[in-house]
Amino acid sequence: MLEKVLKGSPKYYMWLAFLGGLIGVGAITYLFQLKYGLSLTGMSRNVTWGFYIAQFTYLVGIAASAVMLVLPAYFHGYKQFKKIIIFGEFMAIGAVIMCMLFIVVDMGMPQRMLNVMLHPTFNSVMFYDMMVLIGYLCLNAIIGWKTLECERFQVVPPQWVKYLIYTSVIWAFSIHTVTAFLSQGLPGRHYWLTAVLAARFLASAFCAGPALLLLLLMIVKRIAKFEIGKEAIKTLTIIITYAMCLNVFLFLCEVFTSFYSNIPGHMHPLHYLFAGTEQGLPWVTYWMWIGAVMAIGSLVLLIPTSLRENMKILPWALGMLVLATWIDKGLGLIIGGFAPSPFETWASYAPTVPELLISLGIFAVGAFVVSILWKIAIDVKKEAGTL
Amino acid sequence: MKRSRRQFLKVASLSVAGLGAQLAAGGMTKAAAAVKPSYKEDALALKAKRWAMVIDTREFTSKEDFDACINACNTAHNIPHIPGKTEIKWIWKDAYEHTFTDTTNKYQSKEIEDREYFMLCNHCENPPCVRVCPTQATYKLESGIVAMDYHRCIGCRFCMAGCPFGARSFNFTDPRPYIKEVNPKFPTRMIGVVEKCNFCVERLDAGKLPACVEAAQGKIHFGDLSDPESEVRKLLEENFTLRRKPSLGTEPGVFYII
Ligand code: SF4
Ligand code: SF4
Repeated sequence: MLEKVLKGSPKYYMWLAFLGGLIGVGAITYLFQLKYGLSLTGMSRNVTWGFYIAQFTYLVGIAASAVMLVLPAYFHGYKQFKKIIIFGEFMAIGAVIMCMLFIVVDMGMPQRMLNVMLHPTFNSVMFYDMMVLIGYLCLNAIIGWKTLECERFQVVPPQWVKYLIYTSVIWAFSIHTVTAFLSQGLPGRHYWLTAVLAARFLASAFCAGPALLLLLLMIVKRIAKFEIGKEAIKTLTIIITYAMCLNVFLFLCEVFTSFYSNIPGHMHPLHYLFAGTEQGLPWVTYWMWIGAVMAIGSLVLLIPTSLRENMKILPWALGMLVLATWIDKGLGLIIGGFAPSPFETWASYAPTVPELLISLGIFAVGAFVVSILWKIAIDVKKEAGTL
Repeated sequence: MKRSRRQFLKVASLSVAGLGAQLAAGGMTKAAAAVKPSYKEDALALKAKRWAMVIDTREFTSKEDFDACINACNTAHNIPHIPGKTEIKWIWKDAYEHTFTDTTNKYQSKEIEDREYFMLCNHCENPPCVRVCPTQATYKLESGIVAMDYHRCIGCRFCMAGCPFGARSFNFTDPRPYIKEVNPKFPTRMIGVVEKCNFCVERLDAGKLPACVEAAQGKIHFGDLSDPESEVRKLLEENFTLRRKPSLGTEPGVFYII
């Protein structure tokens, strides 16, 4: 099936070349970071994780969200999703690869990366995170590839694939739970030290991932000319809506616990993110409010059935939702965790240009991988007449 | 997770032996000499079950008092002088409300509020930094000291997110150009690794007290917390002391006489 990668329209090649360019820029910037260290980033002694780890966290969610297609299809026999599952699985592969790259660029000593496996440390959540991510990548690659191959030859996938699929469902939940556990169990980081963090992560992943998938599919279907299926879109948007409601609800639970208890340490991060400090408003505050407005806006457009099923409005609602969840997890989460320093001072952080260029390069890698995989999937499905 | 030097050497010698066997099997007889490393402690080495520090904050009245200790540590450990938000520090001073963040009272004694206080790694009994480190580059010695292997650290900074005391620093840039005069007795660090106070484990092994304790001339006390007869235990019994953030359960080993 790999040969499908090579046969494409000039537009397809131009797109890949464009991504290649971005990857090149990111890679060159990364060489500088290797030489001059993480001093090129906006991180500091008090804010030791920044944009990279935030993107990692967000993308683990995107990867895990493939389960929102797989679960109804395989656990409940919901047939309408079968056509698009492969796109979810292939998007997950791209997302996991981006996650891994974000971890690598965040390391001070990437050449020693294998120490995590050479000295397995079972009390460290990072060890498990590395393991589950690698496992999830393999699962999705094997499942995706094998099911697509079977579709091509129009045979029923072998039984073992089914077992792998069941495993992948549980695995998807576990990767994002483990990612939450990275920060959820740290004493003294009030914004993260909450039992609902993992639940929040899952809820936000299960709306953001399918929303992003649906948006991308809407774009790609125009280019490649195929139908996603009305029923599938309907069901998926319902799933997205419920997950987003849950996400917002869990966030409000945090707000209640912090402010009703009136414990300063618990109020500080939210206060910093939404109301700034005595010294003024940090840049992230504006983003947080945009995020809040987007979150409410997306719900307004998604909850009423008449609006949700309007195909002109839907892309906007999904776009707002993706932006809102990204601001919450891809910016606010890490900044809110570090902003009140261990000395009860405010620690500010903003990503630098090199940091953003490297991140852009990694996003381009993800887009490159997904483009190629989706191209294969579309071509195979078209040939087999299943699209 | 306890890991003594001896255990480490055992593992090391096993791997050397394994490597030797492999190479020998490949026909390279030269490598067959798997030496059994012998480790002998310095006869002078100071020993304790649980090292702890008691700082008499009443005695630190002038800038010179603080500087003597800070400089002693900086020189002993090749700590670079990097200005700004990416600074490296093992022991430093700060105001009361930044040190004892959850023990601040309104209308407190002005004198106590105006004093400055040392901060350094607490060598916690339940150190979160050790718990989170994915490579065991941060580990606990049998003497209670939380130590680091700079050559194993991958620079993930998980330990910095985990330490609630802000005791750790990261080498955002190559530290060597920022060291005024290199002390050849202690290694300098490389770019991309984390570092922190090590309770002068290298000096204790040679029978000397920590550099800051020595420079403090009696204002900082150091001893075995598990020994009821020790000086530090006596001081704790006789004086009112604070520790930083005791509610987090890390059991800090640095006490402050107020
Ligand atoms: S003070 Fe911080 S770095 Fe030192 S042992 Fe405790 S948790 Fe670890
Ligand atoms: S930065 Fe180094 S010492 Fe800290 S957790 Fe990572 S590997 Fe361990």
